Amino acid sequence: MYVAVKGGEQAIANAHRWMADRRRGDRHQPELQTEQIRDQLGLAVDRVMAEASLMDVELAALALKQASGDLTEAVFLLRAYRTTLPRLADSVPLKTEAMHVERRISAAFKDVPGGQVLGPTYDYTHRLLDFMLLAEGEIPDPERAQAGLEACPQILDSLDAEGLIEKELDDGTEPYDITRDPPDFPVDRATRLQMLARGDEGYLLALGYSTQRGYGRNHPFAGEIRQGTVEVEIEVEGFDAPLCIGEVMISECQMINQFGGSREKSPQFTRGYGLAFGRNERKTMAMALIDRSLRAEELGEPVQGPAQQAEFVLAHADNVEASGFVSHLKLPHYVDFQSELELLRRLRREHDLREPSEQERPV
Amino acid sequence: MTLRVDDQGGLAYSGYNFAYLDEQTKRMIRRALLKAVAIPGYQVPFGGREMPMPYGWGTGGMQLTASILGADDVLKVIDQGADDTTNAVSIRTFFERVAGVETTTSTAAASVIQTRHRIPELPLSRHQILVFQVPIPEPLRFIEPSEEETRVMHALEEYGVMHVKLYEDIARHGHIATTYAYPVKVDERYVMDPSPIPKFDNPKLDMNEALMLFGAGREKRLYAIPPYTQVKSLDFEDHPFEIQSWDEACALCGASDSYLDEVITDDQGGRMFVCSDTDYCQQCRGEVA
Repeated sequence: MYVAVKGGEQAIANAHRWMADRRRGDRHQPELQTEQIRDQLGLAVDRVMAEASLMDVELAALALKQASGDLTEAVFLLRAYRTTLPRLADSVPLKTEAMHVERRISAAFKDVPGGQVLGPTYDYTHRLLDFMLLAEGEIPDPERAQAGLEACPQILDSLDAEGLIEKELDDGTEPYDITRDPPDFPVDRATRLQMLARGDEGYLLALGYSTQRGYGRNHPFAGEIRQGTVEVEIEVEGFDAPLCIGEVMISECQMINQFGGSREKSPQFTRGYGLAFGRNERKTMAMALIDRSLRAEELGEPVQGPAQQAEFVLAHADNVEASGFVSHLKLPHYVDFQSELELLRRLRREHDLREPSEQERPV
Repeated sequence: MTLRVDDQGGLAYSGYNFAYLDEQTKRMIRRALLKAVAIPGYQVPFGGREMPMPYGWGTGGMQLTASILGADDVLKVIDQGADDTTNAVSIRTFFERVAGVETTTSTAAASVIQTRHRIPELPLSRHQILVFQVPIPEPLRFIEPSEEETRVMHALEEYGVMHVKLYEDIARHGHIATTYAYPVKVDERYVMDPSPIPKFDNPKLDMNEALMLFGAGREKRLYAIPPYTQVKSLDFEDHPFEIQSWDEACALCGASDSYLDEVITDDQGGRMFVCSDTDYCQQCRGEVA
């Protein structure tokens, strides 16, 4: 006799307890500390912070630990926490030109004012497993240039002086806030950039890649990629100048793309822009490609590739939304399924009445 | 976040506002709800927040419930008509913890009912609010994927494509092949997705005494059917709307007027049919929930 499934509450509690046991693993091994995650899995921490839109290395490390290293789950945990925080102040726009640069490269110029700085990177490493890391060993301190960097002007500004690249001016419009209000398609560039900045890295990477392979090609050069810390400033009543409340590590990418121009306007390079919390170079590069491809309509280019269709790109970029809706297929759907069964059986019955069944049909 | 014993002697999480959302957010949602009630069937954009549950698992319904819940409310949560399905249990437990409200499995005893995929069999009263969880609020979405386009179609009452779709079903299958999330026209104006309820439940939407609210968290849209609103399922004169029927009655309570779930009982093709609405089934059997 069928008995309606009872005790879901107990089952859920037990499932979570089992999961916690799995997460802890072999009790003979020391438990992973969030400080270790923060310091030794820094790029994972950075990715979680970028996609969760919350800069907090401690909490991102905690989310990673709690999620057993599942990045998407960790992003979700941190994002859900973020929602509960009050909005105390809005910062003034970050001055990325005043960044304390740790890494800064340009693929467009051999040398640039302020110099090329490789900084910490996996670029140019031979991707050979380093078996030394299996054993505990001392890692030597880094060798760094003695002289601090000079002022580091934005490389694209040097093109700007000659009028070779489109100008980007702050028109003073209050930006739309996608965390407070639902995006209303079609959305402006500032809103698009917000949505891309918290978009899933893998998704942006694939779409950015698609533009390089011809689906909405726009021929980019990596004009400048920089990483480092910038000051976050807020305006406080009673003070003339904004006050610095701390520093954040960010990555920024500015792509130089092929020309726009018209009969009235002489041709100019165009721009694609990427920005993310932490060391997220791959993500910012992909973001810059997509930012540029989403400007197709504005720049009078034919919209042909998926990466040029704003509503498609933006509505599916958020991995918290995407993983939620995909995973909801695990929830019971037996009422709807029953509806389909009932209809399908009826249709088959009616079909059989109209047509002799295949077995009865003469060969 | 710590567990504490609340005034009613239940366990509640401290550190969060009553019913989880902060009051500003609730106010924003209530404003949107007022607009939705004023324009029945119209999808109102709202600043949906992340909830500590995944999108697609009822975050829209939960935000609406959180916004309308008061300390005196009695909450019932169902999924597929049942109070004891895992997600219904999870959402009910959530509100027990963050709001400390009384919960029930009895349809009649509840003042707020959050539901996924069903409308309870027992007729609702004007003292009740039914909150639906909605995955895709746009009834035209699978005909026209762009939000920009569908908004214009609603504004112009350009619903011909929907009838064409239903007609194509009839041409191909002899029947309209939509069995759940069956589109309705609300108050002779907006075509609306009633959420993935079976079309069996569609007639209950019409002139219902209760206020019905619909929340789509991921899509950040909400809409409403106020009490006593005319809701008509789309159809044709020669192919009138009809609901599902079964040859069987419920194997547990014998009801022949309720929506039945099919349960496979063995690997020899054995099956039985039982009420999807567990509270209704229990009431029919004279049990106390």
